[in-house]
Amino acid sequence: MVALRSYILKRLLLGILVLFGVITITFVITRIIPSDPAAKWAGPRATPEQIEAARIELGLDEPLYVQYGKYIHDLVKGDFGHSLRSRQPVSAELKAHIPATIELVLLSTVIAILLGIPLGIYSAKRKDQWLDHFSRFFSIGAVSLPTFWVALFLQMIFYNILGILPLGGRVSTEVALLYTLPNITGMLIFDSLITGNFVVFWDALLHIILPCITIALYPIGLVARMTRSALLEILNEEYITAARSYGLSERIVLWIYALKNSLGPTATVVTLSIGYTLVNTFLVESIFSWPGIGRYIADSVVSLDYPAIMGVTIFSACSYVLLNLIADIIIALDPRIRI
Amino acid sequence: MYRNFLSSKALQPRIKELKFSFYLLKRNQLTKISLFIVLGLIILAIISPYVIPYPEHAQMGTNPQDKLLPPSSQYFFGTDELGRDIFSRVLYGTRISLNTALLAVGLALLIGIPLGAIAGSIGGYIDEIIMRITDIFLSFPPLLLAIAISSILGPSLQNAMLAIAISWWPWYTRLIRGQAISLKERQFVKAAEAIGTSPIKIIFSHIVPNCISPVIVQASMDMGGVILTIASLSFLGLGAQPPTPEWGLMINTSRNYFLNAWWYSIFPGIAIFITVLAFNLLGDGLREILDPKTRKN
Repeated sequence: MVALRSYILKRLLLGILVLFGVITITFVITRIIPSDPAAKWAGPRATPEQIEAARIELGLDEPLYVQYGKYIHDLVKGDFGHSLRSRQPVSAELKAHIPATIELVLLSTVIAILLGIPLGIYSAKRKDQWLDHFSRFFSIGAVSLPTFWVALFLQMIFYNILGILPLGGRVSTEVALLYTLPNITGMLIFDSLITGNFVVFWDALLHIILPCITIALYPIGLVARMTRSALLEILNEEYITAARSYGLSERIVLWIYALKNSLGPTATVVTLSIGYTLVNTFLVESIFSWPGIGRYIADSVVSLDYPAIMGVTIFSACSYVLLNLIADIIIALDPRIRI
Repeated sequence: MYRNFLSSKALQPRIKELKFSFYLLKRNQLTKISLFIVLGLIILAIISPYVIPYPEHAQMGTNPQDKLLPPSSQYFFGTDELGRDIFSRVLYGTRISLNTALLAVGLALLIGIPLGAIAGSIGGYIDEIIMRITDIFLSFPPLLLAIAISSILGPSLQNAMLAIAISWWPWYTRLIRGQAISLKERQFVKAAEAIGTSPIKIIFSHIVPNCISPVIVQASMDMGGVILTIASLSFLGLGAQPPTPEWGLMINTSRNYFLNAWWYSIFPGIAIFITVLAFNLLGDGLREILDPKTRKN
């Protein structure tokens, strides 16, 4: 237990170190910008004096180490600077956009678990049969598909041809006009469910299906493959043979005895895949007009809004570091692994 | 005479190994097919400017009177909003994607290999510094770092390539460092040290040549991921700029027309999928063939 605690502490410290590194890298890349941020801030028709004033206002006239110190100081306070587009604080804009993305990422992770684990179990059970080949092909295929293209393809089929799902957005205009949308956590599906607003819930659910499936494809394949390989390793263990020799049904052996011990690696993969899913929302949200940070960064990229891009970068990198940390802790909790 | 004898003897296990790998490759249908597709794509990338039906449509040329026509015998994949032949543009896109991906991976190797070799063979605090920097780079999801860097460098295909190289090198550094650590204890390195060879020379003429093959294999496996990243950056508007016939960019432009011109986005997407899938399947197969642990007898 002491070893575990000191391991977690060590990983935590390393995580903080990495975060510092992440912040430093974003600082370095914003300061080597070829174009002049002060000129951008002052606007296209600014006079040289106005640009100079903007330079002082933004603190770009000070030596680099002072700028770096200020940068870190501001970040610690949660200040990511101001967006060049809207002139609003980036932190406020992030706060407004993050819940929608989290909603999307969480739901697709749930889908990945619900579909990926059974698929993995069945392909382990029927190794080298058609289902196993299918799941292998599916997982390699999902990694090879351009997510943004899948999004357009699904829209084409389910909206354009079949006409059963909406094109994009979080709710239809009529529902947004007729009902007050609950806002507790910012995650509409969850909020409408707990406030008992089932019309909004149903409408929001229809809207989230396509973006969710689009970004869940990759983690489904990943979870299936990981569950399969972990299970195959475990099914060779002696305790499984023992359980079988007691005459326990194959279903109990597989779903209870074997699955329990293969969940560790699967949980690790799920945690790590959340990071990828988060980045995949950057490619998908703008197609589905989903008001999350993915669309926010896609819009910011088009107008080269550096503070906004860096804000999203830092947020995502921090989530990634945190998820890595959680994955490491999950691995460490497995008593079979000695730290 | 003696040297020839020695080297041929020393080579024998390697030749045997190579033959065995070929034997495994011949038996692995999926890997064989993907190898053929990859070879086909490489040939296509080389010859595409000379074989496409409308070479001018892959460049600046436009043809407004034929805009947004569905696939036909004249235009196999239909035409886009400027009346350009999508078939020609998609085929030409192979050249752009493969070229950019090759350069990006090459550049990443150029940064990654020396750093990894130095970290592994010298060790000590230099190793610590290089590896901690590597850790930091690895804590970004690759696409995110590429987005951040290429948006700062400014949108262009060259900058996207640079951005990908900058976000990809740490993987190679880590891989080659591990190899270098095990190599530096070997007799031939010790012998070179004993006769007073300079550390730099040892790294680049003894260590790097001997640990480069797994890195090259890894790099060829990464091609699929890199091609997908290039398409993603171009889709976001950070990579190729119009009128370059880049697949991601084509899909991005097609968004405005996809409800009544399905062919516009479908074909570039299929091209990305086939290319990336072929590289990934090949990588998966190669790993199985070359990794002694997964080799089947």
